[in-house]
Parts: sequence; C-alpha cells; structure tokens
Amino acid sequence: MGALRIAQEEKGWLANETIEFVAKYLGMPAIAVYEVASFYNMYDLAPVGAKKIAVCTNLPCALSGGVHAAEYIKKKLGIDFNETTADGRFTLKEGECMGACGDAPVLLVNNHQMCSWMTEEKIDQLLADLKK
Amino acid sequence: MTVQGIILSDLDGDRTWRLADYVKRGGYEALKKIIAEKIPADQIIGEVKKSALRGRGGAGFPTGLKWSFMPRAFPGAKYLACNSDEGEPGTFKDRDILRYNPHTVIEGMIIAGYAMGCERGYNYIHGEIFEVYERFEEALQEARDAGLLGQGILGSDFSFELYAHHGYGAYICGEETALLESIEGKKGQPRFKPPFPASFGLYGKPTTINNTETFASIPFIIREGGDAFLALGKPNNGGTKLFSVSGHVNKPGNYEIPLGTPFSTLLEMAGGMRAGRKLKAVIPGGSSAPVLPGSVMMDCTMDYDSISKAGSMLGSGAVIVMDETTCMVKALERLSYFYFEESCGQCTPCREGTGWLYRVVHRIENGLGRPDDLDLLNSVTANIMGRTICALGDAASMPVQSFVKHFGDEFAFHIEHKKCLVPKDVQHEGSKIYVA
Repeated sequence: MGALRIAQEEKGWLANETIEFVAKYLGMPAIAVYEVASFYNMYDLAPVGAKKIAVCTNLPCALSGGVHAAEYIKKKLGIDFNETTADGRFTLKEGECMGACGDAPVLLVNNHQMCSWMTEEKIDQLLADLKK
Repeated sequence: MTVQGIILSDLDGDRTWRLADYVKRGGYEALKKIIAEKIPADQIIGEVKKSALRGRGGAGFPTGLKWSFMPRAFPGAKYLACNSDEGEPGTFKDRDILRYNPHTVIEGMIIAGYAMGCERGYNYIHGEIFEVYERFEEALQEARDAGLLGQGILGSDFSFELYAHHGYGAYICGEETALLESIEGKKGQPRFKPPFPASFGLYGKPTTINNTETFASIPFIIREGGDAFLALGKPNNGGTKLFSVSGHVNKPGNYEIPLGTPFSTLLEMAGGMRAGRKLKAVIPGGSSAPVLPGSVMMDCTMDYDSISKAGSMLGSGAVIVMDETTCMVKALERLSYFYFEESCGQCTPCREGTGWLYRVVHRIENGLGRPDDLDLLNSVTANIMGRTICALGDAASMPVQSFVKHFGDEFAFHIEHKKCLVPKDVQHEGSKIYVA
C-alpha cells in the first residue's frame, strides 16, 4: 500500500503500467497489486488534475454545509463531481467520511492536506493558493 | 476545548503532542512503574478488568476480558493492533487523540504488549488524516530515542516495536479482520470468524485489536488504579469517554465526559441547538447506530447501558444532532449511499442489499416512492441482518430500520405527496455552511 501511495505521488495517478512496475518491484503478481489499487478510494486509476479536491458530503458534514461547500466549488470551477477543469488544474471528487466531522465543511487536497471549516471565503483563498 | 477527563484534559498549548510535554503530565510513569516493579502480566490485566473499561471503537466489549483471550504460552510471535481507522460518519475523536496526545496511545500499546506478551504492534491510521499519520511517526521516533520503545525497554529484557500503518480510504478497514488484511497489504475484506484474531490474527498469529481511545485509557488505569477509573464513570461503564458531537449544534467538537452524564448536559456543552431551533433526532453512536427521536434522547444518560435500553447503541460515541429543519428521508438517503459505496462486495446480501436500500430511499426522496416501499425496505434489511461475514450489513440496516420506525410518517408523506415534509428552503437554510 505504501509503495502504491509513493508511486501515485510521483506519477499523479496509477496507470496499469505503474501498477505492473510496483508489482515487479515487490515481486508480486500484478493482479494482487491491482486488487489493492482498485479497492481503496484514495488511489486514482484514471488521470486527475494537478490538484484533486475531495469534499465530504456525508451526513454530519452535510448538516453543517458540506453540500453547500461542494456546490460552491462546482460553480466556481465550472465542473461537477468526478470532472477535471479544462486546464487540468483541478479535479473535484465527492469524498466519504474523513473523520473530521466537527470541522465541517471539510476538504482534502491531493489526499494529504486537510482543510477545515471551509467557508466560501476560505474556499476562494484555497483555490487561489492552489493555482500558484 | 472544554473537557474534563483523562485523555484530552489539561492539554494546553501547541506542543502537547511532544514527549517532553507528555512526561510533564505524568506520561510514561505507568510504564516505568511496571518495568521497575516487574508487575506480573496477570495483575495488569486484572487491573484493566477492574476498571470496567469497554472497547471504545463501537462494540463496547470489555477490554480486560479481550486481553485475557490471548494465549499465554504461545511459541512465536503475537501481535497487537490499534484501530485508528476512524471512518464511521460522525466520529472524529481518534484524530484529536493522535494529534494532541499520541504518546498516551503509544504508552498504552507498550503496556498492552507487555501484558499480553506481544513484541510487535501496528497502529492503523485512517487514510484521510495523513498529517496525523506523519505526526504519529514523529512521536514514535521520540519514544524510540528515549529508550521507551524498541529493544530492551528502559533497560529491561522486554522489547516492543510499534509501527504506523497508513490506510488509503476504505471504511471497511475499521472492521478488525479487514484491518489485519490491510496491514498484510491486501484489499480489506473481512475474514470469517471464528477463528478469532486472538487465535488466528495478523499473519496467522494471535492478535489483539483495540481502539485508539481504549489504548489511550490504559496509562491512567495503571497509574491511578482500575478502581479510580471505574469511579469516574458508573458501574459496568467505567471511566470517561470522548463524544464527538456534530450536526446542528453551536459548538461541534470532542467532549470528554464521565460515562453516565445526561445527554442534555452534553448538548449544553456543545453550545446547544443552533439558532435556538428544536431538537428533532439524534444518532447517538455513529452513523450505524439506530437513530432516536430527540425527546427520547433527552431522557438518556451517555453510557452503554442507558443508550442500549433506549433502543440504540453508544457505539463510537459519535453524536449526530439533527434539528427540525432536517428531512429524515434525505438524511437516510445520504447514509444509505455511504454504506452502498463502502460495502466491500464480499457477501451478496450486503453488496446487493445496500444497493437496494440506497435506490429505494433515493426514489422516495425524489418523489418516485411506491406505496409498498416501506415494507420493501424492512424486508431488505431483514434479509441482510445476520447474514453477512462482518457487521457492515447490520450497520447499513439499522439506520434504515430505525429511521422508518421513528419517522415513518415523514416517509409516508414523501411517498404520498412526492415532496419533503420539511420545505426545501428550510432544509437549505438549516444546513448551510456553519462555522462556530
């Protein structure tokens, strides 16, 4: 799992050839590695934008604006969930519980950077920062 | 953060997660005492039993009893695992424990390793909290450098090594055998039980899995005694517990309170209801726990026995509060989508059943409900429950059953009038972006 994470960080997403490379490196059958890559949500098996933003819209977050935050980002970027902006900068995903429901609305950038209490102003700021 | 307890209390400043800060708070005293006095393993397990500490991950199983299931004279490796794969919607306590007090978990695990004769442990950390994983790795290194972790701890002949394992986004890995599969580097699909992990666990060796908060309670129990822990709570429900309060309250967050505290007190601590609105419903133990009407909750105390008597479970202590602006059909639709999405697909009743549940609730919410849909929902849940390898099937079914049971009128209204009982704009206003 760690090897796939590192490969994804380097390549941006996990193409079949990347998975095969990891399998060869670990001395495992490619299918065993593919099973893992396709099982866990945070591995991307298709290309994503330079910044992947996942918004949690699960119930506890939704009660405190998770859905509103997602709608705002959709409008701002002009894309729906699972779409990438034309310039390849952003991909928007609908996330499942990130274990930070008290901080709603919560976004996760590129799997690793968690952003809490995302008001519209903070979303504006974040998107501006990520464009740099 | 307003807390009065043993895990997140008296934490002040931004260095509380550092070793030096933890030691100043009495950290590692329990471990030092065990090593210096060569306290026998049985005595430690006895103390944990006496404390009435019950598993904080959701099942509420007595921890001391679980520890005593580990075979004593087993030749070869035994393992310990900490379940920090906190993905149950509404639960966010382990993240704060690992962020602000990681050493208490490390100390708790070392003591557990000593008591059960394990020389190796893993902490499985939820995928989405990568920053917390990095911090935990740093805390581990601090402990190693101080001779508290690794070979010959504090000059004794006891060795224990602890590793962090980072998940990558799969709710099911919070199930203990799926978690073991995942540590082994496989997809996280639960195993058949029996054999239980205590006899056939990680890499086929005896393994004990406990929740982060459970381990975090251990140092206090050893330092102050099991009786002192028990006295914090109420009989059969020892100690304090972290409650993650989310939803329509003024101050969402973690609150550490003695078990047995009235729900009304907890609600008050969380700032009360937002904009003075009326409490409608509460899910008291994470999204899998049956929902209870607000009026029933107001008569409950927050402990395993009281909540279970009221017809739900204390679970992980995730309290999701919903006010009168909530459409219960919409709320259930979102939860059902989650279980549909997260079912690992291994067992047919769960894989197919969670899809049915979501689709039926979805069509009710969207004005396409049919008169016999409520019977259909009950029939699907009855066919999932108890027929799957792990508890995810039950977890997906219990919200559906309880929502329909307590708020059946609202579902019937949707089916008959093809719209929500609560007007859309009221719902929208009630759940807009809110920051305390």
